[in-house]
Amino acid sequence: MEGRDRQQLNIVIVGHVDHGKSTVIGRLLADTGSLPEGKLEDVKSLCARTAKPFEYAFLLDALKDERAQGITIDSARCFFKTKKRDYIVIDAPGHIEFLKNMVTGAARAEAALLVIAADEGIRENSKRHGYLVSMLGIRQVVVLINKMDLVGYDAEAYRNLCREFIAFLSELKVLPLSFIPVSARDGENIASRSEAMPWYDGPTVLEQLDGFEQRTGKADLPLRFPVQDIYKFTEEGDDRRIIAGTIETGSMRVGDEIVFLPSGKRTRLRSIEAFNTPRKDEARAEEAIGITLETQLYVRPGEIIGRVGDTAPKVGSRFRAHLFWMGRSPLVKGRTYKLKLAACRASVTIAEVVQVLDAADLHVTRQKQQLDRHDVGEVALETTKPIAFAPIASIEGTGRFVIVDNYEIAGGGIVLDEANTGASLMKNHVREREVAWDKGFVTPSERSRRNGHKSKFVVFAGDDQEHVRALAKGLEKSLFFENRNAYYLGLDNMLSGLGSDTGEMGTEAGYPIRLLGELARILTDSGQIFIAALSGIDDYDLETLKTLNAPSEILVISVGDNLFSRYQVDLVVSRDTETGDALPQISRLLREQEIIPEYFI
Amino acid sequence: VDHLDRLEAQSVYIFREAYREFKNLVMLWSIGKDSTVLLWLARKAFFGHVPLPLLHIDTHFKIPEMIEYRDRLAREWHLNIIYGENKDALGRKDTYPDGSCDRITCCRNLKTEALKYTLSGERPRYRFDHVLGEYVVDSKTEQYTGVIVGARADEEGSRSKERYFSPRDKENDWDVGDQPPELWNQFKTDFAPGTHVRVHPLLDWTELNIWEYIDRENIPTVSLYYNHGDGKRYRSLGCYPCTSPVESDARTVKEIIAELREGKFANIAERSGREQDKEDGGGLETLRREGYM
Repeated sequence: MEGRDRQQLNIVIVGHVDHGKSTVIGRLLADTGSLPEGKLEDVKSLCARTAKPFEYAFLLDALKDERAQGITIDSARCFFKTKKRDYIVIDAPGHIEFLKNMVTGAARAEAALLVIAADEGIRENSKRHGYLVSMLGIRQVVVLINKMDLVGYDAEAYRNLCREFIAFLSELKVLPLSFIPVSARDGENIASRSEAMPWYDGPTVLEQLDGFEQRTGKADLPLRFPVQDIYKFTEEGDDRRIIAGTIETGSMRVGDEIVFLPSGKRTRLRSIEAFNTPRKDEARAEEAIGITLETQLYVRPGEIIGRVGDTAPKVGSRFRAHLFWMGRSPLVKGRTYKLKLAACRASVTIAEVVQVLDAADLHVTRQKQQLDRHDVGEVALETTKPIAFAPIASIEGTGRFVIVDNYEIAGGGIVLDEANTGASLMKNHVREREVAWDKGFVTPSERSRRNGHKSKFVVFAGDDQEHVRALAKGLEKSLFFENRNAYYLGLDNMLSGLGSDTGEMGTEAGYPIRLLGELARILTDSGQIFIAALSGIDDYDLETLKTLNAPSEILVISVGDNLFSRYQVDLVVSRDTETGDALPQISRLLREQEIIPEYFI
Repeated sequence: VDHLDRLEAQSVYIFREAYREFKNLVMLWSIGKDSTVLLWLARKAFFGHVPLPLLHIDTHFKIPEMIEYRDRLAREWHLNIIYGENKDALGRKDTYPDGSCDRITCCRNLKTEALKYTLSGERPRYRFDHVLGEYVVDSKTEQYTGVIVGARADEEGSRSKERYFSPRDKENDWDVGDQPPELWNQFKTDFAPGTHVRVHPLLDWTELNIWEYIDRENIPTVSLYYNHGDGKRYRSLGCYPCTSPVESDARTVKEIIAELREGKFANIAERSGREQDKEDGGGLETLRREGYM
């Protein structure tokens, strides 16, 4: 019976090699009557014929053989059902070499069973998996202390193991778990209550599984709608500009006042768009939809939409996180990587390594400044510019991230909280740079006296690239023919020249801006009026340029609609102003700001 | 939100992720039920549009109704469709139906090789010209770096090991033992020059889900899937020399769904009518490692 309404729950089973994962799965399949007809008998009689003692783990091997014959059972997944619901068991490899397969499997699960053999006790992967399932956001974890028959069903042995494991996990600030003493081989406390362990009065494994709850209520949380992409498909006269994404939590209705973060831009929701569905005025969590806005805003993929009045996600550039590392090269403090969090991609630097659970000896250390392969640790991360996020404890989808190193997803993590440290990495960098700056004998004032003007970094910014560039080049030309030292630099020239040996970094978000900021510092120090034209930048990019250009000064001219809500620009040149009319305005501004003297003497 | 809504939302998310990250994206279209659902999901993801080309690998041994259906849909939905082929092997008659090789070699020649060189742009691509109403040699020859494929995990053994975003190296090879991690909804969207990524939006769908969705959305499908009175229908479509129908009375989508729910095929592989699977030990893993779809 393929009941349409039956609940389905994904569970992952983890633990050290040979602690009995396969036996637990075999038992669950057999005791819930979920095996194909005759399978149990077949395997038992095969064992009898080959004089091997029957083991429940053989059932899994038998099922795997069947898969090889092309019958539709997934190699990594088994299915069983109880009266309450259907279960998909994801069998995660216990061997450390397969850790990334284990996390891939576990990341899809809503609950986890962690198996520890009572006779061997807590081993490496018991600890590692215990930590990882928690980090992966699986809130429902139960530890099975298996092979209780081998320790004589001793209550004291069980309690000691529980205590030891809790102590380990609490050191890593992982939530306490529940424990069940079992013997999977004999079926004790799996589907039926064990008579051998009358001292245990908690649930059996099956009772515990049925007691797990499915993730629900996502629609009742505050709205979080990450902007995955923005489309304008013009075929067949379509003039919709659609903001597309999957609603993480909450719901939204046509007419709602919404806010984009981190940009802070606000508008109302005009329509909800979808293909081949009746017109709708409301959309809820988990729906992959699109919206159009009442007013056209310049927004970018990666922003998170919230509803005005709801609690907003945090906006910041520094946060503390738990992170595990799978990369071939270590994660190193001070190095910059690519971060993917919800729909956002940003460049991120490892600001601090707080503590590390060393993969080799499984001890927590505060001495390490890097995470080697399979290490887990607490770190502080700093993005080049602010992003919207939330601690994992509030909303999962905007509190977890991956780190990409050399094209590979090399790390995964969860946001613990924002980290306020006063000075950002960038400000520290600028301070150190200025202290170490090797100055020549010529002072800035001598330079400006000779040049007949002060130095300045002039940034033209707007969404119409052609217009912005035309103005920037026009200013360079008019200054040059007034005998000023002015220089226009095209961003593309800079990237194809200076940036060419930086490889992957050159394409990473934020990198060109940082490079431009450093260049501006040098060129303004040389006394130039340095001019750049930028389109598609935001308030934070301007802040970055201002910070990196310091102590030299920056002048920002917005071209067309003013895209900047927080950064106070120096001049707005309207969209319909011709270059010939705009240049005198800019020239006046340069004189007002005493960059160029008012009168020639 | 029911189970079809969830599957649809996940597939749409994957489509949008691929469209955002890959500049040269193409979608394979085998004309079968899965890739037609895939095409429908593209229209879901992009609000009625299909902003990427569809690629069909023509072995010239496809059942004729399939090609008719392909070209009819291309016209009606105004699709940007291209096809590729292995002209050399066809010219040499190095095929199974011509009696010169076994089935696996034939698949390798007409599908795997044809796909490899069509993706790389090294061999001609034929694009449907909507003005002329016929296929013309495509002037664009750049390599496709993202390839959307309608593989499902439950189809056969090797596909269950796939990732949603699965990298292929310069030789189109798939390293089954060393696959990238996928965490939550973050997939491998960064790739080194020369490599490409196979994208699988249908990985979590079952055969039953596909038919339930075809029913719900009223998606047009090729008539070969239905019994027309002779008690037979195709469950999986391919080349006529290597594909056979199954015994079935199902004449409509709803009857197919009822048949699947009753468990009529519970112990028969969906691709049991596809002879090449059996020759490859049932797993198709050998072919898939080399780039078979």
